[in-house]
Amino acid sequence: MGAYIVRRVIAMILMLIAMSMIVFLLFAALPADPARLTCGQRCTPQVVEANRVRLGLDKPIYEQYATFVKGIFTGRTYGSGTASFDCAAPCLGYSFERGEEVTDLVATHFPITLQLVLGAFVFWIVVGVSVGIIAALRRGKWQDRLIMGLSLVGYSFPTFFIGLLFIFFIQIRWGLIGFDGYVPFVEDPTGWFTGLLLPWITLALVYAAFYARLTRNQMLETLGEDYIRTARSKGLPERTVIGKHGLRAGLTPIVTAAGLDLSLLLGGVVITEAVFNLPGLGRLSVDSVLQADLPVITATVLIAAGFVIVANLIVDILYAVIDPRVRLV
Amino acid sequence: MSVAAATEAFLDVRNLKVSFPTEDGVVSAVDGVDFSVRKGRTLAIVGESGSGKSVTAQAIMGLVNRKTASLSGEVFLDGEELVTARPEQVRSLRGKRMAMIFQDPLSSLHPFYSIGKQLVEAVRVHQDVSKDVALKQAREMLDRVGIPSPDRRLKDYPHNLSGGMRQRVMIAMALLNSPELLIADEPTTALDVTVQAQIIDLLRDLQKEFGTAIVLITHDLGVVADLADDVVVMYGGRIVERGAIDDIYYRPEMPYTLGLLGSVPRMSAGETSRLEPIPGQPPSLINLPKGCVFRPRCPYHELVPGNRCDDERPDLLAVTPDHAVRCHLEPGQRREIATERLGAYSGQANAPATTGTAGMEEK
Repeated sequence: MGAYIVRRVIAMILMLIAMSMIVFLLFAALPADPARLTCGQRCTPQVVEANRVRLGLDKPIYEQYATFVKGIFTGRTYGSGTASFDCAAPCLGYSFERGEEVTDLVATHFPITLQLVLGAFVFWIVVGVSVGIIAALRRGKWQDRLIMGLSLVGYSFPTFFIGLLFIFFIQIRWGLIGFDGYVPFVEDPTGWFTGLLLPWITLALVYAAFYARLTRNQMLETLGEDYIRTARSKGLPERTVIGKHGLRAGLTPIVTAAGLDLSLLLGGVVITEAVFNLPGLGRLSVDSVLQADLPVITATVLIAAGFVIVANLIVDILYAVIDPRVRLV
Repeated sequence: MSVAAATEAFLDVRNLKVSFPTEDGVVSAVDGVDFSVRKGRTLAIVGESGSGKSVTAQAIMGLVNRKTASLSGEVFLDGEELVTARPEQVRSLRGKRMAMIFQDPLSSLHPFYSIGKQLVEAVRVHQDVSKDVALKQAREMLDRVGIPSPDRRLKDYPHNLSGGMRQRVMIAMALLNSPELLIADEPTTALDVTVQAQIIDLLRDLQKEFGTAIVLITHDLGVVADLADDVVVMYGGRIVERGAIDDIYYRPEMPYTLGLLGSVPRMSAGETSRLEPIPGQPPSLINLPKGCVFRPRCPYHELVPGNRCDDERPDLLAVTPDHAVRCHLEPGQRREIATERLGAYSGQANAPATTGTAGMEEK
């Protein structure tokens, strides 16, 4: 297993390098001229050219890429002479649009996404998996129909619509929760909770609905397996048959799905962050795309890809731990 | 038989019916089945897929889902009626007084738990013992069913073992609490022929040792010849012929039984003998014909005057106290047909080729 993990980590690094190259090439092929974007409306060609040199955009693409990679590990210096400034490692670039280092931008935006996603994750796993199990055990009964009906609704409604409904009714019409938005936990724990509650529920609903269906189907499939019949034939009580033999096998695929979904969301929750005005990684990405802020886009894309790649590895290792039939070689 | 064979039937099934309502109609999987088994004896239930033999076994064990199936009739286990018993009561008997082994040992063992865990669980659900004591019992039982280095096997997972070893584990698991009734549902079907023989020998030895009553469900007449004392032939959810093993092999009367015997290779058969498959398909169990269920595949129905085979369901009638047949043909006609067909199969009527190594000695 050790050798396997080493190999996978190497493959992972190669994948990240390939990802970053592709992102770099893509942006080089874009019609937008990053140097032109560094100054406003009344920009003289001289200023544009000066900025181009300052940014290193006059160099060939592979040199730019090398500087970018070097910046991540050792930091880099923009410009030269008196107009130069240092960007300390890990330097993901400098946003002239915002006048900030990309690393700092990510460091301020990511924790908000992390809190949003982890809170929603707990909610959707607890709710989705438990109602999915109930539906499987009450297959065909009213509980099953109700849960499956609601989950279809939950799954079909777009996140922004559910979010807006919450804002309209809970915040505006009934005034149950204020409009303070995100407050750091250390400043005001209660405010932090109420500020994130609606985004959590909004984001979790779609996933809870999906996981309820997934869990139900997995459980039904598992409960039809021969080894469940064997468990019954041993004389095990029904709660052991289902709670132990059934869940163990039925929930294994849920682990995979959960790991991958979690990693996808950590790269930024675009819609929920936009609806609830949360300054997370998703908002940062969208704003950067709208402003063609290339250094920020590059960084956010790489971070999102990194989460997915790392999560894949973790899920694979976890799977081998859960399922003894899986051999990591 | 060294074990004091009780004269009382240990398992007594009376008029057992199992049906499943579906969108297309009611499937009567088992329709009025009666049989009994004493301790130390083996009853084989023989039939094609879909004849209702597995459902019968699961109904006895209380493994038929009562939400989707309707069950009637009586099943007495040592005098205790199970069809109307509380599910909790039946559960407490499962794995303790009656146990079951299944066809495919790989899919019947839980893939995520070690052999040891699955065996210990089976012990502790019925015996109030510590894990260590249960593990010791599990180890002894693995040894008893002929699994080499049982200590190592306890830590293994089902996928680490060969098919024959897995079936031995299943048998060990079934025998852990010394059940008095063992139901074996196609125990050798998924195994290699040489391994089949080992498993059959094992079952026979264990029966001698423990005096277990065995219900053997199979479509393999070779296995039947090796193990069974009595045979019940099922077709379309009903018993079509029953008798002692010799009645079925040497004096069969029902055309379906003849067909089954004719489709089995025999050691003594001459080079000219051919296997004769039974033409046609087993009946759909929805909307069964009103006459004899075997009528569409029976080559002899024209010998019965009138349209009795089409119009009238035959009863299971005794030819001798132990031997009963469900057929409209006259007993004389049936014997004539049987003599002719068995002669054609083997020259001299003989039991089919056995798969067990010691099978013939006892006959």
